[in-house]
Amino acid sequence: MTQAIDKLQTNLSTQPAFTALRCRECGETYELGAKHVCEDVCFGPLEVIYDYDLIRQRVSRASIEAGPKSIWRYKDFLPVANDPIDVGTGMTPLLKANRLARRLGLKSLYIKNDAVNMPTLSFKDRVVSIALTRARELGFTTVSCASTGNLANSTAAIAAHAGLDCCVFIPSDLEAGKVLGTLIYAPTVMAVKGNYDQVNRLCSEVANTHGWGFVNINLRPYYSEGSKTLGYEVAEQLGWKLPDHIVAPLASGSLFTKIYKGFQEFVKTGLVEDKAVRFSGAQAEGCSPISQAFKEGRDFVSPVKPNTIAKSIAIGNPADGIYALDIARKTNGNIEDVTDAEIVDGIKLLAETEGIFTETAGGTTIAVLKKLVEAGKIDPDETTVAYITGNGLKTQEAVQGYIGEPLTIEPKLDSFERALERARTLERLDWQQVLV
Amino acid sequence: MSIKVLIPTPLQKFTNNQATVECAGNTIVELLESLDGQCPGIKARLCDEQGDLRRFVNFYVNSEDIRFLDGKETSLADGDEVSIVPAVAGG
Repeated sequence: MTQAIDKLQTNLSTQPAFTALRCRECGETYELGAKHVCEDVCFGPLEVIYDYDLIRQRVSRASIEAGPKSIWRYKDFLPVANDPIDVGTGMTPLLKANRLARRLGLKSLYIKNDAVNMPTLSFKDRVVSIALTRARELGFTTVSCASTGNLANSTAAIAAHAGLDCCVFIPSDLEAGKVLGTLIYAPTVMAVKGNYDQVNRLCSEVANTHGWGFVNINLRPYYSEGSKTLGYEVAEQLGWKLPDHIVAPLASGSLFTKIYKGFQEFVKTGLVEDKAVRFSGAQAEGCSPISQAFKEGRDFVSPVKPNTIAKSIAIGNPADGIYALDIARKTNGNIEDVTDAEIVDGIKLLAETEGIFTETAGGTTIAVLKKLVEAGKIDPDETTVAYITGNGLKTQEAVQGYIGEPLTIEPKLDSFERALERARTLERLDWQQVLV
Repeated sequence: MSIKVLIPTPLQKFTNNQATVECAGNTIVELLESLDGQCPGIKARLCDEQGDLRRFVNFYVNSEDIRFLDGKETSLADGDEVSIVPAVAGG
């Protein structure tokens, strides 16, 4: 009898808190399989639902703080049943950005720095850790994805660690660093002659015929939940408080909506006090379907054909665009876009003021942050968090030609002194090309 | 006139598990009628009560999104390939 009670209690304490998949549009529910659309009714997106009473009983600030220094400290909020694939993802720095704040005229600015997320230096390691853990639980032996680069890096790396076969699909014009950073893990890489949206469509067709786990197609409900950890971590790192305003890049819109869900879940389970958080989104002008819809007051997103250096966020047909629009509007936030030149300036500004080298998506976020501040759309007193989601070493092409050259000198003291004097006296752009 | 239609997995229950179906039609609207004739019930999944295409379904004619063409009035020619893809993917 005692044994039976013990067993029951063990079951209760280990029983996963995720209970079903539910259509975000019509509410139809489905079993927890590899399924991403509401196939019986309306084709809307499926989302994981949870038993929040169970989570509330299980977690506290102290229990989370005692957990691993990775996203898995929030395991009770994530859709995995068994031991996770833990590659040290998450718990990236939340940096108080005083110098950038002063430059922009803000008083309390933080950078959530996923440029140093592990193992592949972008926020994608969060979503892939969840997707591949779930893929293994669902019995997949081959995993795959449609990617603008970062996701391919992450899927290939974590699949290698987990011993899963991997085949990734990328547009053929990606930055060299992103292609190399995938090939090194020895997956099969398909470089598709087309843009991301075409790659995505092809993968949906492949998913129909091969029994593979596509992290951002048939595993998407689980995968996308990983982005909630960007909300949890910021709340915890701010001392169990929500910020006043967040600025994040918008590609498919998924990250943005999941940060929102993360904050809501922390409120719902009593971990933080409720408070209004404004959500502002950043797009590149050359691929700004959500920003255009926001500015024109539309509640639908018309697809566009991307043409921007910000390839990692160049999704012309964003799956979660309408939800991102809705969140920006209801939280009194904004969605703005910036030119490629402003994106390069954004990358440089963050590097020069905070010592963080981000890729084009981060440059977009910083440039939009600046634009919103200048337009009076971010109050200087607001505690604002800008999400930096990827690393600049992967997209060096984007800034080459805009950051000067080293001063080449002879190995002699006088050569150095002459060069230093020139460097100090000439305008930076003048001495960049000078051979001393 | 023959147009090849690629059917996504969730709808293959209407097509005897076939991934492609040959249909006829001068436009997407006509094609859907032809498809529904062969696979009764499939149109109701793809269109809402007003007969408009559901917003979470994408149609491509020879790889081009019909929203860049003439939407459901996009004209079709013999030998075209129409791909039906759930919109919810990517990211």
